[in-house]
Amino acid sequence: MTIETSVPQATPRKPWSATPRDRINTGLVLLGAIVFSFAVVAVTPMKGKLAYFAMFFIAYLVLEYVVNYLKAGRPAAVDSLFRGLVTMAIAAAVTPIASILITVWLRGHHGLHLSLFTSDMRSNAFTDPVSQGGLVHAIIGTFLLVVFAMIISVPIGILTAIYLTEIRGRFTRPIEFLVQAMSGVPSIVAGLFIYAAILVPLTKTVNGIQGSLALAILMIPTVARTSQEVLKLIPADLREAGLALGGTQWRSVAIVVVPAAKSGLITAMILGVARVAGETAPILLLTGGSGAKNYNMFNGSMGSLPNYVWQAFASGTPEAITRAWAGILVLLVIVIALFAAARTLGNRKVGAK
Amino acid sequence: MSSAQVTERQAHPEKRVITTRPRLSDRIFRGIVTGGGLSSLLILGLILAFLLYNGFDTFRQQGIHFLTSSNWQAVVSDAGKVDIANSHFGIAAMLIGTLILSFIAVAVGVPISVGAAIYLTFYAPNSIKKIMVTAIDLMAAFPSVLFGLWGFFVLEGSAEYWAKLIHKYLGWIPLFKLDAPYVNRSPFIAGLVLAIMIIPIVTSISREIFSQTPLDRIQAAYALGGTRFAMLRAVAFPYARSGIVGGVMLGLGRAMGETVAVYTVLNIVYQVNWHILFSAGGNVASMILLKFGEASPYEIKALMAAGLVLFILTLIVNSLANLIVTRTGKSGR
Repeated sequence: MTIETSVPQATPRKPWSATPRDRINTGLVLLGAIVFSFAVVAVTPMKGKLAYFAMFFIAYLVLEYVVNYLKAGRPAAVDSLFRGLVTMAIAAAVTPIASILITVWLRGHHGLHLSLFTSDMRSNAFTDPVSQGGLVHAIIGTFLLVVFAMIISVPIGILTAIYLTEIRGRFTRPIEFLVQAMSGVPSIVAGLFIYAAILVPLTKTVNGIQGSLALAILMIPTVARTSQEVLKLIPADLREAGLALGGTQWRSVAIVVVPAAKSGLITAMILGVARVAGETAPILLLTGGSGAKNYNMFNGSMGSLPNYVWQAFASGTPEAITRAWAGILVLLVIVIALFAAARTLGNRKVGAK
Repeated sequence: MSSAQVTERQAHPEKRVITTRPRLSDRIFRGIVTGGGLSSLLILGLILAFLLYNGFDTFRQQGIHFLTSSNWQAVVSDAGKVDIANSHFGIAAMLIGTLILSFIAVAVGVPISVGAAIYLTFYAPNSIKKIMVTAIDLMAAFPSVLFGLWGFFVLEGSAEYWAKLIHKYLGWIPLFKLDAPYVNRSPFIAGLVLAIMIIPIVTSISREIFSQTPLDRIQAAYALGGTRFAMLRAVAFPYARSGIVGGVMLGLGRAMGETVAVYTVLNIVYQVNWHILFSAGGNVASMILLKFGEASPYEIKALMAAGLVLFILTLIVNSLANLIVTRTGKSGR
């Protein structure tokens, strides 16, 4: 017993964590870089936000390099230089996102008011004061377009995913390849295709369902690929259990596999919807942009949020531009809500009810 | 085998037939699912067929000039009929514009995306990583009209200033020359918007591939005393290189087909413009949208032909990209 207690308790040490001296060094480097950037901007003709950023960044990299070179030699200095570069890269990737979100809010919230969600643009022009007219017709239109696109694309997408994961026949490789190729189809080409295949020979006019068909083409790959990923995660045990109980493959897929993947499949649907809700190019070719409410997908011009934004932007006056930003704010809120819903569902454990 | 069992089996008049042939219900099920799976083939085939059918006249009349000439003129005679002999349709200017725009997008977007992917995989603390991955994935779902508006109203202001700077200090390079002092709504700015639009896709693919780097090799590099950069150079880059090339090509395909954002930001002028800072340019997709509104049925056929060219171009780029990505990574995305 005495032997055990006499063993000194090792205090956990973290030799890799920053010492106070390191912290002071980091602080000094940052401070030096800031001072340098201000000095350069004040002395030389270089001006503007960009100059501050560029000078700060260059000074920071150089100082980091020198400090680390003195402390630990060249490899450490190069390492710190690279760390600086990738940090700048992530900053450059995230800055536009922040800028876009902030801009949409700042410019769009002036245009938000209650009548936006109660009236349409039937008797108003985009150049009218913002308090008149609204976009309820556009919300209805986008909703209908997306729902019909879902009705068309979700069965096809999920069947494709089931083929790729459950049947795995001889077409597996080609279909996988084609689905990926399909995800790269430009939206304008999908629009042109429906225009050539349906609008010119059959309907000869704009209507909602044509838009839905084009959106469905863009949605199928997203739904198929996400569903495939989800179905892959279903443990093989479940399938084997279904078969071992004497079920046919059809029964074990329908009763065991698909219900187990339910939340994931819903996620796939939502991601598909988020992908196409803001799609503009095919809408412009195919659905028209009525300012009145239209509940009939098969007849008449159909307004939609992207179309509303587009027309408002094209009108060009300050009122119209405010409308465009308000429209895009509504659209963005819808997309973010869908995205958040997909995330929440997707984070659940696969197989949980 | 005991005799008791044999007699018992013989006692049954009918033998149970054991076969590997699936039941009828399964065969129907497999038929339906295979049909659903093959729909992607059907859709792609139909797109090709309809665009080819509609664009065929144009291809026959214009021949190779459709790809090599930059003259787009739909001549309508007095009777309102299209004068086919004197009409010219050539998309060379827009094809070159497409290449320039997507090249700018890749040149600017890829270093940022790959750097961001490296940061997210090897440097970021977990909390930051989660937020940033969510933000970048969310960005992939932003509508393209939003990028267009943002580029037009927000980026334009800063980017014009950058364009002037580039012209001032790098103007001696032919690419950055300006014949007239107009730098607004230039291919440079549209290319920047496209660069931002491809960041999510290139980042997520690069991140996926970096995260598959074998852990034992990473640890081996650290165990030999390498810094993080040394590990990246010796282990992660060689492992991820070709996968990233595939991701870059997917981004390229995305940038080539973009319509609305380019249409909004760029001043679309039907001419070959190599001076990327000058306020003129266009790409095939935005040209289709521009001409579509007031096009006669005959001109629409020419636009279909342009759409077919764009479709084939993106299909080739995407297929190559997918081949490269699937060959390296286990999962393509």
